[in-house]
This record gives sequence, C-alpha cells and structure tokens, in this order.
Amino acid sequence: MTTLLARVASPTVRPSHRVRHLLEHNLIVYRSVWWVILAGFFEPVFYLFSIGIGLGKLVGDVPGPNGELVTYAAFVAPAMLAASAMNGAVYESTFNIFFKIRYGNTYKAILATPVAPGDIATGEIVWSLFRGALYSAGFIVVMALMGLVESPWGVLALPATLLIGFAFGAVGMAATTFMRSWQDFDLVTMVTLPLFLFSATFYPLEVYPEFFQRFTQFSPLYHGTELVRSLTLGTLDSGLWVNIGVLVGMGLAGSAVIGRRLERLLLS
Amino acid sequence: MTTLPLRIFEGQALNYTQVWRASVFSNFLNPVLYLTAMGIGLGSLVDRNPSAEFGGLDYLVWLAPGLLAATGMQSGAGEGSFPIMAGLKWIKTFPAIMNTPVSVTDLLVGLLSWIGVRLIMICTIFAGVLVIFDAADIGRALLAIFPAVLTGLAFAAPMAAFTSWIEDDTGLTMVFRFGIVPLFLFSGTFFPIEQLPDLLEGLAYATPLFHGVELTRAAALGIESALPVWQHVTYLVVLFAIGARLAQRNLTKKLRP
Amino acid sequence: MNESLVTARGLTKRFDDLTAVDGVDFDIQRGEVFGFLGPNGAGKSSIMRMIGATSPITAGTLTVFGLDPYADGREIRSRLGVVPQENMLDEELRVRDNLYIYGRYFSLPRKVINERIEDLLAFAHLEDKRTAKVEHLSGGMKRRLTIARALINEPELILLDEPTTGLDPQARHILWDRLYRLKQQGSTLIITTHYMDEAEQLCDRLVVMDQGRIVAEGSPRSLIEEHSHREVLELRFPVGTQESALLKLDGLAPRQETLADRVLLYVDDADRALAEVSARGLQAESAVVRRSTLEDVFLRLTGRSLVE
Repeated sequence: MTTLLARVASPTVRPSHRVRHLLEHNLIVYRSVWWVILAGFFEPVFYLFSIGIGLGKLVGDVPGPNGELVTYAAFVAPAMLAASAMNGAVYESTFNIFFKIRYGNTYKAILATPVAPGDIATGEIVWSLFRGALYSAGFIVVMALMGLVESPWGVLALPATLLIGFAFGAVGMAATTFMRSWQDFDLVTMVTLPLFLFSATFYPLEVYPEFFQRFTQFSPLYHGTELVRSLTLGTLDSGLWVNIGVLVGMGLAGSAVIGRRLERLLLS
Repeated sequence: MTTLPLRIFEGQALNYTQVWRASVFSNFLNPVLYLTAMGIGLGSLVDRNPSAEFGGLDYLVWLAPGLLAATGMQSGAGEGSFPIMAGLKWIKTFPAIMNTPVSVTDLLVGLLSWIGVRLIMICTIFAGVLVIFDAADIGRALLAIFPAVLTGLAFAAPMAAFTSWIEDDTGLTMVFRFGIVPLFLFSGTFFPIEQLPDLLEGLAYATPLFHGVELTRAAALGIESALPVWQHVTYLVVLFAIGARLAQRNLTKKLRP
Repeated sequence: MNESLVTARGLTKRFDDLTAVDGVDFDIQRGEVFGFLGPNGAGKSSIMRMIGATSPITAGTLTVFGLDPYADGREIRSRLGVVPQENMLDEELRVRDNLYIYGRYFSLPRKVINERIEDLLAFAHLEDKRTAKVEHLSGGMKRRLTIARALINEPELILLDEPTTGLDPQARHILWDRLYRLKQQGSTLIITTHYMDEAEQLCDRLVVMDQGRIVAEGSPRSLIEEHSHREVLELRFPVGTQESALLKLDGLAPRQETLADRVLLYVDDADRALAEVSARGLQAESAVVRRSTLEDVFLRLTGRSLVE
C-alpha cells in the first residue's frame, strides 16, 4: 500500500520508511492502555451472541448466498465480522485522527521532525489495519470454536476484512480532510449506521422490496459482507470478484483524495 | 432552595441551541432506521415461525417499546457522562461556575433537570415514530414515554457519579463497551431473557435496563410486566437516588478540593 | 481606608500528605493591589481558591468581607470576581453568550447583564468579537474575556491567578493596562504571579511565598531596599573559567550569588564594581549593570530563582 500512495501523492506527502516511526509511536501510546484495544474485540462478539444466537434460535434457518439454508448464527457472524472491520476503520480514520489533530496536537510535534504528512497518513491506515487484523483474527477463532466457519476458505476472511478496513479507512480519512468541526461527524454516524443496518447484515437481501435490493448494491459494506460470508460459508462464485473490485476501487479513490488534500489537513 | 439550578439549566439549554437541528434529526432518524431494519426486516424472518415468546405479537410491535427503553438508557448514559466530563475536564465550565454563587448541589440539580428534559424530547420523538410505524396507538405511545424517561434518569445519575469519580475518559469507553452495549443486547430488548442460559437469565433480571424494558413494554402494549409495576419503578428510582447522592459527593470532591 | 477585606491567621491547606499552605498571616485592605509572589507550587493558587470560597481551609482562620468562606460561601462569591489560572471559557459558545450566561449564575436580570456586556466588551477591547466563537480567539483575547467575565457582577474584590502567564509580551502589556484602569477606579485586586516585573508594576503591597510560607512582606520598593543592594552587576565568564574567576572576585562585593551560568554581584555602584573587575584582570564574556529587582529579593530569601 505504501507504493500505492506513492503513485497518487505529491512529493511532500509521499510516504517513506519513516512510516514505521508512527507505528512505533502508536504502539508506545497504546502499550499502557492495551485493554482499550482488547475491549474493541468484544463488541462484535456481543452482537453475535445476542442477535445471532439469542434471537437466532427464534429465527431458524435462513438462505445463504447460494440459496442453501444455514443457521441464523452462521449467517449473521460473518456480517458482524465485516461490519466491525468497517466500524473500526471508520472510527480510527475519522474521530480519532480529528481528535489527535484538534486536541492531542500529536501530529504537530511529529511534523516538526523528518516525518512527512504522507508518513502519518500511511502509518495511521496501516496501524488501523493492524488493529483490525487482531480483532478479526480473534473473532474468526470465536466463530470457528462455535462451529460457524463452514469451509476452509474461511481463513481468507482475515485478508477480506483487511480489504474492508483499507477501503473504509481510506475513504474515512479522505472525508476527515473535509471536516471542520465535531458537528460534521454526525454525518459519519448518519452514513455508517444505515450501512450497518441495511447491508444484508441481519437478513438476506431477498427480504427487501426489489427496488431496495438494487439500492443495496451501492452499499460498500454489502460487498464486504457478501465477500466474508461467501468465504466462511464456502459458497464461492464469480460474483466475489465484483465485491473485491468495489472495495479495492473505494480504497484507491480514497487514497487519491488523501494524496491531494492531506497537506490541507495536517499543515495548516 | 434557590433558583440557581434554573440558571445551570439555562446554560445547558443555551449550549443546546447550537446543535439542536442535527440532534433532533438524529433522534428521529435512529428509531426509524432501527425499527425498519430490525423490526420490519429481521421481523419478517422472525414472524415466519410464530412463537409464543413474543406473546403472539408481530416482532416489530414487540421490539419497538424495548428499543424505546434502550434508547432512554443510551441517551441517559450519554447525557450523564460526556457533557459532565467536558464540564469538569475538557472545557472546564464547572470549575468556572464554582466561582459564582452557584453551589455543587445547584449545579447537579440543574444538570439532572436538563437531562430529564432532553430525555423527554428524545423519548417523545421515539414515541412519535412508534405511532408512525403503527407499533402502538397514540395514547399508549404517550404513556410509554414515562418509563423510558425514568430508565434514562436511572442511568444518567449513576453515570454522572462515575464520570465525576474517574480521572480520564478511558473509563467511559469501558463502561459503554462492557456495560451499556451488553445491556442493550441482553436485557430483553431484542429477545425475551428466557432465551438466555439460566445463569445469565438471573443476571439479566438484576440489570436496570430489564426493569425499564418491562415497564415500557407493559405501558406500550397494555400487557403485564414481569413484576408488579411498583417494584420495577422502585428499582429505577432507588438507582437514580443513589446515583444522584454519589454524584453530589464526587462532584464536591472534584470541585471543592 | 483601613478596612480589611481579607484577613488570614495561621491559614493552612493540606492535601493528603502535601502541605500546600503552611500557616500564613496576611491582611488585605480595601482599594489596594495585593500580590502573592512566588514560584510554581509555592501555595499561591491554593490561597486564592480558599479566598474564593471554592476550597475549604484545613486549619487557621480566614475571613473575606468579614464572612466565613465555609458558611457564607455563596454570599462571598456573589461579591467576588475571579480570573482563574486557566480561562475555563465555554469555547463552543460565542463571546457574548459567555458573559451572558456567567452573569445569570449571579442571578442578574437579563436587562442589567445586556447593559454591562456592552461596557465590558469595550473594556476588554472585544467589541468586534461579540459574536465570534471563543475557540477562534487568540490567547490574549481569551484572557481579556476572562477578566471581563469576572467583572460582570461588579465585584468588590477581584482575584487574578497568574493573569499573564503564557501570553506574548504585547498581550501582557495590553492586559496590564486594563488592570491599571481597574486599579485607578479604586478596585481591590489580589494577584498571584511568578513574574517579578508584573508584581513590581502592579502591586502596592505583596508577600513573597516559598513552599507554603510567607518569607517577606512589604511594598516592592521597600522589599528591594530591605533585602537587596541598589544595583547588580551580572557577569558571565567563558565556559569552564567561572571557578577560577570566583577566586579573584573575592571581597569585591558585599554580597555575591553564584548561579549555574553567571555570577551576580550586589553593590551600591555597579559601574565602579565593573571597573574593579577589569582592574583585577578578569575578562568577563558579558557584563550587565542593572537595578535590583524582586527576583534578587527572592534569590536572597530562598537561595533559588523564581522561574526555574
């Protein structure tokens, strides 16, 4: 991804080997509050146990991506995995970065060193991917223990969540370059909440009216959910390339915007 | 008794005028989204195999008052924590106020009354959405506002006590992650707590949200609550009172060192 | 004139195992500007909070307006204006609204507040910023707004805790000018500061504090006369040569202080002392001749600098 940013960014924002200094910085910061990191792992697990299992018992089986019936828990679990990858990446790239700029003054001190804006952007995205990977791996283990990973392809759910994290992290950070005040962040929630609720996360697409189904195709989280779900249920087909393509395209578009606007965000 | 709590109330209201549009919009949008996604969408799956667990009701109708109580909880917990952290630490308006004739008790009474009014606003908007979704008739929807607001207050006061006790906001993150979110998911909002393993079911009985959900559901649907109404109400009122007392103690320690 | 607004006897403040204020006595008269001078951690802010009736005293006695801060805190605070060390402004509100809502905490009628706001905005030079959000103001503007806020209830006594710390020199001078005006209008001001120039400029009378105790009291001039010589010769020697130079300076001045980077000679005529230094064959890298200040008084009394 470093080379990716390098291609779209101007020289001053181009990332360098100094990216690792920012990662090191974040590691040191979080070393004392590691339990905050640990806490993030639990939220999707809680959702899985509540909606997937508690309510799931009353729902019964539902059709998976290829129409075959699966238990509700096996249907919802991959969606929780995909949604938490999105939520984590969005939180890190919007609220957290804005807070660091506005109140923490973290970057002001860092930018006085040879570390450039591009290093910071790349470092933050890589960092959030690293965090996300930890959560995802933990959640996939929980799923496996509960018998909700029905195919060996499920191992690929981990890179799939990284792709989701990259796509939403890049777009989130790009959006943050346009943010002026905390009030603007209400918009972030107004986008992520509908995505969370309406991306075939809690029930198959067929439940919606047809018009709505077509609309859902525009939800990037829908593509993430479909991708992860197909992998953990082992129902692979060529449609997956569309899912992957949408997420990659989103990440690239976000990166391009970041490359153009990052200086405005960090060098004011 | 002085009128100074009213001045605190006025200050909070003045702050709110800066953000009220976005706030009202999201107070309306949130229940609409949740009821559409979970009540109608997921409900269509739940209602395929009718089960006695939901009292023969549509899942939407059964879920809606539970979500109303949970919204009361989340709003109460939110309003009882972040604005207080801001006043004490981030913006430091409270220490500044302490230099005026306002006392710690005036401050707390003013803050809690403002939270009460905010809860009434939020729950009334939600009750309106209930009516729009045909999940309750107007009379019952209005009646359900009271227990939902009480639930919110029963969370707001202890949260205010906790917020004025801790030193920084990581504690708040923890309470929301390990307190509010699990309560939201396991206290009878989305499914009856009888579905939980026995041990957890007993635990769910002890949670304040369960009592709020029972009351709100009883009010909105006209059904019996798990315990007599007065017991649920007493539980929540006592929680509020203990929270308020502790908040007064902790705020005094912080603001009158 | 000799009406005491604040009286303290054996005033003490302890936090768990730390004694912040250790049995101090002072009287502050109506109409004077009274200063607490001392380094950070000397106990100045603790005294200010006790006078402001926002922090209970641990031992001793303290009266403000003849009242007990513990029993009559509300009454005392309604007659005080407080400028805390941190501004504690509501950053998300407009300048005007900050003054308005603060006035309401004193139960002032809206009409009265609105009239006073106009005067205070003029006083604080913030007429153009009336509707600006506080977060967009400069540091100096925020400080002036905080002072304006403290005046909304027309206080009899104004407490200023480190009024100019963190401001640039120009902003400090504007602020001093405003405080001068208050002084000329006959307001009673209590100021804490660790800047000796600030204390010299503003205070009629001050106490020098160190580690919770008062080590000296008087007007700036009398303190300097009592505890220091008229002039100071500051000598800086090339790195590594100060030791040997000290030997040759022996007996030259009635009092001498050796700091890490320079030597201070306290004398009545610094120019003559400088001539004598040259006569002894010493080559200082730099030599400064100046008048004694409160900084020198503090150094004399505590053996340490004010700003460390």
